[in-house]
Amino acid sequence: MSTVRVLVGTRKGAFLLTSDGARRQWSVDGPHFAGWEVFHVAGSPADAQRLYASAHAHWFGQVIQRSDDGGRTWNAVGNEFRYEGETGTHKWYDGTPHPWEFARVWHLEPDRTDPDMVYAGVEDAALFRSTDGGRTWQELAGLRRHPSGPSWEPGAGGLCLHTILLDPHDSQRIFTAISAAGAFRSDDGGGTWRPVNRGLRSDNIPEPEAEVGHCVHRLAMHPSRPGVLFMQKHWDVMRSDDAGESWREISGNLPSDFGFPIAVHATEPETIYVVPIKSDSEHYPPEGRLRVYRSRTGGDEWEALTNGLPQEHCYVNVLRDAMDVDTLDACGIYFGTTAGQVYVSADAGDTWTPVVRDLPPVLSIEVQTLP
Amino acid sequence: MIRVVLPAPLCTLAGLERELLLEVAGQASQRTLLDALEAGYPALRGTIRDPVTRRRRPFLRFFACGTDVSHEQPDAPLPEAVAAGTEPFLIIGAMAGG
Repeated sequence: MSTVRVLVGTRKGAFLLTSDGARRQWSVDGPHFAGWEVFHVAGSPADAQRLYASAHAHWFGQVIQRSDDGGRTWNAVGNEFRYEGETGTHKWYDGTPHPWEFARVWHLEPDRTDPDMVYAGVEDAALFRSTDGGRTWQELAGLRRHPSGPSWEPGAGGLCLHTILLDPHDSQRIFTAISAAGAFRSDDGGGTWRPVNRGLRSDNIPEPEAEVGHCVHRLAMHPSRPGVLFMQKHWDVMRSDDAGESWREISGNLPSDFGFPIAVHATEPETIYVVPIKSDSEHYPPEGRLRVYRSRTGGDEWEALTNGLPQEHCYVNVLRDAMDVDTLDACGIYFGTTAGQVYVSADAGDTWTPVVRDLPPVLSIEVQTLP
Repeated sequence: MIRVVLPAPLCTLAGLERELLLEVAGQASQRTLLDALEAGYPALRGTIRDPVTRRRRPFLRFFACGTDVSHEQPDAPLPEAVAAGTEPFLIIGAMAGG
């Protein structure tokens, strides 16, 4: 019988939640790296026992941890993220030039076929890659050196590269997203990049339809259709059917189109999930009711999923990397909250159960479906 | 041998006791001490000094013989009592964060 392992990054360490395919009884292992902010834990699709974790502390900086035994033991690997060449400047919050400075790793994306290859999205926004299991890191500097780079401004959380999507059908195609620069695509393995933000409209920036400057919160794709992308933007839920060449809004009947995560059902590419948040200044669900919204039509038409979720006095947030799905026949959906709950739905969102209720604030959720 | 006292989170990270003994070749200075520490315990690389700039992380301080030596030059000799192992070299994390 299959096993599901949920890799949870929190403000004070990492946790591993494990269950069989029924997803009713869970074992909780952790905290790993207690006291460290764990922005992300990711497993290699090529070797499920190979895990990478990004741990950060304001005192001690960035550490990358690697496990070769499914999280039982960990070893610190390389943490030297050196920008290539002249670092230059991006724009600071007040509009002045600000030198690019490495702060932390937001997201790790292991390669689909090589367990030693892993990408890291960092703050200040850049993309790094390791080909030796995390021991050394090299910047794919074409992204940061895009002519628009000096105009990129940080979002409230920092100038972070938070989303990395590797096209499963085209090894040369990579999508990234940066707050608050927007979405970018490379068609040559990360060498050169171009913005793919046409169709986005952000009324809170000087040029609402600018080529860059959009606060993209998250991108998602289904592996069977890598040309179809879904986006949760600062405001607006968006869709592209041409690999980012153009976008259209699919917010439809959502109670709010502000939010952070977006996820795609494992076997139904037109079924997508978001967690609406009231506004950019009120980071909690509308009316204090925690609702996941599901669209079975690829957007526009949404239904609230509430069974098992708190429907009063709930003022949590769900961060951009804190939602994922498993690949079992009855697709499981998982998300974690800033109040430390991790919820699971073993029936594609119809009903929800908390796996844990009292972890530190959850920063990320990654799900491994193990044979 | 030089006695080095680490902040607790780094002990957890590297699987070390709070105080360790370190052999430092040549003149004992902050630089040679930290070089030896990172060489002996690779998990600590980049956690006390930024791995790129090699500067002390701002939320850490170095103390020796009751004195804050954080702002001494990296190649300045450590106090004789530290070099001789009668006094420890303390790496202290700031009490910050609430």
